[in-house]
Amino acid sequence: MPFRTILLNGKEVTAEYQAIGSGASESSEILLYWLREQFGQHGPRFGCGLAQCGACTVLVDDVPTRSCVVQLHTVEDLAEVRTLDGLSHDEKDPHPLQREFVELQAGQCGFCINGMIMGSLGWIEGRIAGGDRSVPSEDEVKAFLSGAAPGNTRNYICRCGTHTRIVAAIRSAAEEMAR
Amino acid sequence: MNTQTTRRQFLLGSGAIAIGFTLAGPAKAASAASHDRDGLVRVTAAGAPADTTQSWLVLTDKEITVYSGKVELGTGVQTALTQMVVEELRLGVADVGWVQGDTLLSVSQGVTAGSKTVQNGGIQLQQAAATAYQELLHRAAAYFKVAPEQLAAENGRFYLNGRPSGRSVTYKKLLKSGVTVRPVDQTVPLVAAEDYVVVGTSVPRVDLPAKANATFRFLHDVKVPGMLHGRVVRPSGRNATQPVIGGLDRAKAIAGFVDVVQRDRFIGVVATSEWAASAAASSRTGITVSWTSGAKLIPQADLPTAVRDPANHYTSVVEIDDDVAPILAGADKVLSSQYFSPFHMHAGMGASSAVADVRRTPDPETGVQATIWSGTQDVNALAGAIAPLLGLPRSAVRVIYVEATGCYGHNGADDCAADAAVLSQAVGKPVRVQWTRQDEHGWEPLGGAQAHDMQGAVGPDGIIAWSHLNYAATANSRPVAGVPGTLLAGALMGLLPAPLPSTSVDTSGRNAPVTYGFPQRVEARLLKSFETTGPASAVAASPLTYRIPRTTALRSLGGFSNSFANESFFDELAHAGGHDPLELRIASLTDPRAVAVCEALRPMWRGRPAGGDGTGAGVAFQQYEVVNAYAAAYVEVRVDPATGKVTVTRVVVAHDCGLIINPDGLRNQIEGNVVQGIGRALKEQVSYTDDRITSVTWQTNASNPGYEVMRFSDVPAIETILINHTDKPPLGAGEPAIGTIGGAIGNAIFAATGKRIRTLPFTPDRVKAALAE
Repeated sequence: MPFRTILLNGKEVTAEYQAIGSGASESSEILLYWLREQFGQHGPRFGCGLAQCGACTVLVDDVPTRSCVVQLHTVEDLAEVRTLDGLSHDEKDPHPLQREFVELQAGQCGFCINGMIMGSLGWIEGRIAGGDRSVPSEDEVKAFLSGAAPGNTRNYICRCGTHTRIVAAIRSAAEEMAR
Repeated sequence: MNTQTTRRQFLLGSGAIAIGFTLAGPAKAASAASHDRDGLVRVTAAGAPADTTQSWLVLTDKEITVYSGKVELGTGVQTALTQMVVEELRLGVADVGWVQGDTLLSVSQGVTAGSKTVQNGGIQLQQAAATAYQELLHRAAAYFKVAPEQLAAENGRFYLNGRPSGRSVTYKKLLKSGVTVRPVDQTVPLVAAEDYVVVGTSVPRVDLPAKANATFRFLHDVKVPGMLHGRVVRPSGRNATQPVIGGLDRAKAIAGFVDVVQRDRFIGVVATSEWAASAAASSRTGITVSWTSGAKLIPQADLPTAVRDPANHYTSVVEIDDDVAPILAGADKVLSSQYFSPFHMHAGMGASSAVADVRRTPDPETGVQATIWSGTQDVNALAGAIAPLLGLPRSAVRVIYVEATGCYGHNGADDCAADAAVLSQAVGKPVRVQWTRQDEHGWEPLGGAQAHDMQGAVGPDGIIAWSHLNYAATANSRPVAGVPGTLLAGALMGLLPAPLPSTSVDTSGRNAPVTYGFPQRVEARLLKSFETTGPASAVAASPLTYRIPRTTALRSLGGFSNSFANESFFDELAHAGGHDPLELRIASLTDPRAVAVCEALRPMWRGRPAGGDGTGAGVAFQQYEVVNAYAAAYVEVRVDPATGKVTVTRVVVAHDCGLIINPDGLRNQIEGNVVQGIGRALKEQVSYTDDRITSVTWQTNASNPGYEVMRFSDVPAIETILINHTDKPPLGAGEPAIGTIGGAIGNAIFAATGKRIRTLPFTPDRVKAALAE
């Protein structure tokens, strides 16, 4: 069985992955399952398997990525993968995004919020890295989460209807992240 | 009380972490519940046998644990119920453990549905907590050798002759010795509303910190030793038969492949990893299944006609029969209108999953042979339906609730649990089944399509007569104990579902009656979901042949469509009679609480856009289930004349659900109702052919329509006006507001454009066509 080494939340880890076929017909284990089964990650979750909802979002080399459609053979060796599990486990010292989601009670069932937290983490960090330290407007956050922003065509779904709180939480966190 | 402290303590409380599932084996869990060791107070169900393993509440000197039969479906009830328990125990705020929905350990509180968790379940838990408090008080009185009246409790401590001067004793100390098992006592007094410390405050959700940092464990995270992974392969069409499985060699070549399981039309694969199971179940890389097409469904395009066709009805239910015919016959101004809503999906974020561990022999201690972890709304009904599916006695099946994705009603959770049980029994190992999105969208039981024939008369003083004829698919195909055909796996294995319901009152007929003061006639004609044994028979004919997709309870059941028709038609009559729509509602209502929520909207209504220029405002009112919470909505819309796209720009909801347990939690629920209501009004509809559901993904693509739900950019500003009645019982808040949204939007579109659109959803194409008329 082939194996892959990645930097998972900053730590080098290696595991085998399953694959069938070769060349153009190669089909291999999905990153989402591999992260959950091999490395006990619980943040990314199976929502649709179609890259249409966002529940499985992780950052691959800082880019928000739908792990439910990424096959392992397409992942670069030593790719940096960041998950919600690696953000902060300490309830006393959460990441600003985690803190604001709790502070503003931006969740109902909470199944989707991995996507909004990890997706906006990559997005806001990307803005800051590009020199843009402004707090995104409400419309900008909505456009990003709706897959209608420059550089993001992926929609994030919340089915419980917690949208207004999620948008507010992301803006609040962005203010702190850009500081 | 210091709210910051409250927040921290709740966040740090073990309740925030210890929720979720226990993976203790049945024997261990049972002995944990029986608590024969010294030092506890246990409250059991009234009339329960002394050795019952089921509790309401267990207090030890180490922890206080609530055993809730009502389950957290993602709406925040764990927090609200905990507040109610903590209040009765005079704990202030404390770490309270939480075990929910376990057929072995918790007292059954029936299904968690219909906005009844706080309203009914909370009251039961309150009484259980008050019973435990009486026992503590009794122990404290014995400790001080005084009468109970001389004691007062606060924050987990009894004080003698008033605080803080007197002596005191902690609950912890009182709990260290003695075992008391008390059935819940309905006569013990409850804390008076004016003394509430925790109830009525916005305690933050106890589950959210763990959900935000990936330490929360959803059902999808349940892992048991030796667990395999399963996938199901559904028929090509709803009535397809005679599956022929091919590609077995290909599946067998996949590393980790375990088995293909076939039981008539039920097919599943099992493998050692999730990916291997998905690869083996995929027609691209694993097995292929060819099917023979079966009888055709009533096609979607024919629904508005077909649901009104007597040949498709099995019964009618006259719910209210005021003598309106003579009034309608003699009135000057009589209106008749027809409304329609399509099938809707629950469409939870996570596709259903479940884990089942079906053993060859029962556990010698508990007798449990099958343990099932599920996100079901009703552990007892599910256990009762699965037992005969597996050929086991009911007592051999234990179902443990674990929180899954928000469900909004009876979604695929139960069916998925049955899939896992069948596969586990077949391979003799624990199996986790994860449905694909296509499994969920294609096969979850749906919210039913409905049509409404409305007739009414209006005069200078208002509406004088009203008739609502409701044509409805039935709103319940929940698991039924003893009837394994109520589960999809059972039906695919050739078993028949339960007979169609004999009544629609408060199900598909929910909120078909209005609570206005004028006379009304309300009748429902109920649709055959499947072929039955005769024209007026509700009993499924064998073999099972569907006429329409299977339908069930979706948030507010028929209430969404019934209220859409009612509140739109009310608006039609108001305009026809020259009445102000909001003022006519206020004038037509007799209950002061109903009037109050409508009056709360007056400032917005009086400042509304003038209308007629593509922007407009509408209102709607509903008293949930006719007797429960009151909700009124004010909605503003913008309609693009070129594209027909409707944008909701502002929503204000006025809401009275009696005593408010947690104001912020309530607002969160109302906001969710609004967003889902807008989605159902503007976007959502199940697409299907005469063979199968075609909207099996979220997004529309070249080959298939998607099941489009609200995007972030679709969500308006939402304001809530909460009317609190501390002297009234708490009423459920999970569903009342959604019923107002469809009507309010339709009325706003009318105000904006002068066009009355009577079919949902208000898609750009439909609105554009109406504008062109």
